[in-house]
Amino acid sequence: MIKRNTTGVFIFLILLISHFTLHAQEIPERPSPPRLVNDFSGTLTPAEINSLERKLVNFFDTTSNQIAVVFVKSLQGYDPAQFAYKIGESWGVGSKDFNNGIVILVKPKTNSEKGRTFIATGYGLEGAIPDAIGKRIVENEMIPEFKNNNYYNGINKATNVLMALASGEYSKEQYRKENQNFPLAGIIPFIVIMVIFILINISRRRTYSMGGRKERGTDSLWTALFLGSMLGSTGRHHSGGWGNFSGGSRSFGGGGSFGGFGGGSFGGGGAGGSW
Amino acid sequence: MKKSWIIIIVLAILALIIYFSVKGTYNSLVNKEEWINESWAQVENVYQRRADLIPNLVNTVKGYAEHERQTLTDVIEARAKATSVNIDPANLNASTIQQFQQAQSGLSQALSKLMVVVERYPELKANQNFLELQAQLEGTENRIAVERQKFNQAVRDYNAYIRIFPKNIWAKLFGFERKAYFEAQEGAETAPEVQF
Repeated sequence: MIKRNTTGVFIFLILLISHFTLHAQEIPERPSPPRLVNDFSGTLTPAEINSLERKLVNFFDTTSNQIAVVFVKSLQGYDPAQFAYKIGESWGVGSKDFNNGIVILVKPKTNSEKGRTFIATGYGLEGAIPDAIGKRIVENEMIPEFKNNNYYNGINKATNVLMALASGEYSKEQYRKENQNFPLAGIIPFIVIMVIFILINISRRRTYSMGGRKERGTDSLWTALFLGSMLGSTGRHHSGGWGNFSGGSRSFGGGGSFGGFGGGSFGGGGAGGSW
Repeated sequence: MKKSWIIIIVLAILALIIYFSVKGTYNSLVNKEEWINESWAQVENVYQRRADLIPNLVNTVKGYAEHERQTLTDVIEARAKATSVNIDPANLNASTIQQFQQAQSGLSQALSKLMVVVERYPELKANQNFLELQAQLEGTENRIAVERQKFNQAVRDYNAYIRIFPKNIWAKLFGFERKAYFEAQEGAETAPEVQF
């Protein structure tokens, strides 16, 4: 019996070693103690790092989505997409069950080299943040600020949008429309909802004019909202399904500070840019 | 009397060791093989994803680049060829993988030609729809790279496993053979260059 145990331990050790050698890369080590904001390039001030960290930890605590921000001096010859993917995969950003991690990688511009950035989305968030939307966030929120050396602002804005998208407060369609400088497009759904609301109200008033139903108003409001939301979601076939992520399993509790990465996996999704 | 007891105990221990070794090896081999199959399905998935983007891309380009019929036809043909090659995980071997890869790299080349041609049409390059398709195409190429890597990792893990003593004995006994990698091919690695 002892012999069997030792062979078991031996097999386990071999597996363990082979597991670790697969991950030996030049990318930054997983931070210990774990932190979501990691500045290896000395670009952000400690106050900025703290404020971002607090914001992202808060977001993690409420939605279980993990957004890791990584600044590096050099990409070690990797493509930014690959580098961000490797960080996400080897640190395990996001939970294992939902793969709901995001890695924002920034290599600041230097005198000799272009600045590069990439937002990598975990498997579970590819629906909520499609590549095209990631591209827009990079182009509209990050690069304009980065060009002026406002790295904190760029990250702050980008994380705001990502957080809203990932938690589903803000639909992809809304973000797209706000960025199209086409205000009418934003109003149309409201008009449609209003029309439906009025129509339903009229038809209800007709059918129920005899009956004494008190909650008639709220009832039709719900129907209108439901129909409105259906209209909103039929436009694109990337159904997000972000509702699944809220209240997901968190590997560590912890009130204020970040407990640790959850072992999320990445599939190469996301978008980037350079300046 | 005592001697025979010792022999029985030793034999029993030996039998136990062999049983657990075979059981452990066999089950892990099955799991690892399933993992390879799953990774292969993912590889085909992401290639399919790329193929799905193409009709939309071709339509968008057509609106602006009327003179590039030939390039567009090439892309459509390459797409048809690429989507016609699908491999059942049970028949995964070096030659079927090679065949799959050839079909896909034909599409990669046609696409990269298209992306070069597109450079001549500034209006197209400013089109929001086109920019979005470009971002999606880039993302898909990244996904392809990742899933291929994951597939190779799964194969490497399995191939290493069946060579370790004493697992190599059991692997041979049950007919588990070395699996083929998804190897990089000249020209196939270079994703369509997309510039802004």
